[in-house]
Formats: sequence, C-alpha cells, structure tokens
Amino acid sequence: MWQWFHRLGSPRWFYQTSGKWLPWLSVLALTLLSVGVVWGLGFAPEDAKQGNSFRIIYIHVPASFLALAGYYVMAIAGAVGLIWKMKLADMVMKSAAPIGAVLTFVALVTGAIWGKPTWGTYWVWDARITSMLVLFFLYLGVIALQYSYTSQDAASKASAVLSLVGMVNIPIIYKSVDWWYTLHQPATIKLTEAPSMHPDMFHPLLVMILGFYCFYAVALILNTRVEILHRERRTRWVQDMVLDTREGQN
Amino acid sequence: MFQFESLSEFVQMGGHGTYVWAAYLISLSVLIWLVVSPLHRRRKLVQEVIKQQRREAARQQHSNTAQPAP
Repeated sequence: MWQWFHRLGSPRWFYQTSGKWLPWLSVLALTLLSVGVVWGLGFAPEDAKQGNSFRIIYIHVPASFLALAGYYVMAIAGAVGLIWKMKLADMVMKSAAPIGAVLTFVALVTGAIWGKPTWGTYWVWDARITSMLVLFFLYLGVIALQYSYTSQDAASKASAVLSLVGMVNIPIIYKSVDWWYTLHQPATIKLTEAPSMHPDMFHPLLVMILGFYCFYAVALILNTRVEILHRERRTRWVQDMVLDTREGQN
Repeated sequence: MFQFESLSEFVQMGGHGTYVWAAYLISLSVLIWLVVSPLHRRRKLVQEVIKQQRREAARQQHSNTAQPAP
C-alpha cells in the first residue's frame, strides 16, 4: 500500500505513465467535443422560449462544471501536498490553477453573451454570477501566490491554504440559485433527479460534459508534465531523456 | 435531423448568430491556448536543457585538451 502511495507521488513515474495515456485521452476528448459541438449547434432542436441562443448551453454548462470540479482537484491536491509533503501534489495544484481560471472565464463570458439576448443584459450582480466571479478571483489568487515567493515550498504552502479556504465558496455557488432566486435559472441537471430538459437537447449536452472532462484531464496532464520537467530538469532521468531525444533528432 | 434549411440560416441562427458564434469562437480559441501553451513551454524547456548539455560537453572537452603535458 505505501509503496503504491510513494510511487504515485513520484514525479518521474507520473511523467512516464501519463505519457502513455495522453494520446488516447486527447483523441477521446477531441472526438467527444467535435461530436458534441456539431450536434449541439446543428442538430439539437431549437428552444421554444430562447430560440437558438440556448445553444450556448453546450459550452456554458460543461465549462461551469469543470470550473468547479477543477477547484476540487486544486484544493485536494493542495491538501495532499500540505499534509504529506508530496511534491507531485504541489505540481498538480500549481498546474490546475490556470486551467480552472480559464474555464471559469469561459463560463462567465459565455454566460454574459447568453444573457444579452435572454435577459437583455450582459451582466447582473446575481448571486450565481457573483459567486462564480469570486471563484475566478480565487484561481487568480492562487496563480499570483505561486509567483510571489522565491521559495517554491513557501509558494506551495500559501497557495494550498488559499485554495482550501476558498472551498467555502463552492457550496455557495451550488446553492446560490436556490437561496437567492434572482435571474440565473436553476440547475438544468441534478444528480438526484431526471434532467428538466428534452432528451434531444440533453444528449449532446452529456457528450459535451464528458468531452470537457477529458479535455480537462489532457490539459492538466500537459501542464503537470511541464512543471515536472521544469522542477526536475537537473535530475539524471530528465537529462538522460533529453539526451535520448537529441539522438533521435540527429 | 439538421435543424436549418440553409447554410445562411445556420450562420444567422434566427437572429442569435452573433451571440452563439461569438461564444463558441471565444471558447474555442481560449481552449486551444490552454493546450498549446504547455506544449510551447515544454519545447522551450527542452531546448534550454539541450543548450546546457552542449555547454557542459564543450567545457569538459576543453578541460581535457587543455591539460598541460607532463
């Protein structure tokens, strides 16, 4: 058990294993996203009330899902790094921050664009939107902390603490549409209930959500691998690997 | 079933074309950046390591040839 745990914590092991998974995950993500986009844009039926603007949902909802899921990844990795001093966890946390920030940005921007034809305004200080904006700033805060210390250990510690404190925001985002019933519509999909959407609209959304999950995994693995290379660039195995690729080129 | 009669209708999206296409294009470009930027950083990093290895090799060779003859 402990051997497994230590191996999982080894950046070198992660680098080599993830390299085998990466092509498959990339193909899967690309396929799911292509199918989902074509299906959602062209083949899903028009919404009776919102018309075609509702097609933004196929980006907006998956991006919002992953913005939240990415926060869990970042906070859990931060906690693991803090408690067990696992270096790989610190690298995952650092890599998750910019991806989460970008996905939150996508959720906010697509939401704003969708708001214009639907609500008549790009922005309102609605509870859901405001708490998502707070999430965006939390991600930015973690990114900023990573660069404000000269010691990587101190930066990791500070980022982990901030991401754990920021967890408070997550249930607020989930519950915001129920607690303050303002402008943002309630959740379309709930784990415990049947979706409030027609199956013809729901199936492409499901494909897009799966596609976004795979995309997230690809992006996180890519970022973590670069972080591993950067921090271990003086070690034997990285030096040898680079030598091998040089010989491959010559 | 394709929901639109023609390509221009597909582009216009019943008057919502600007919003829908803007949302998709912005998202697409940002997501592409998310994948390209680590690949770019990786390339730069590997090149740096190669440069350093070459420097190291050159220095070693230099110190070998510069040995004073006994």
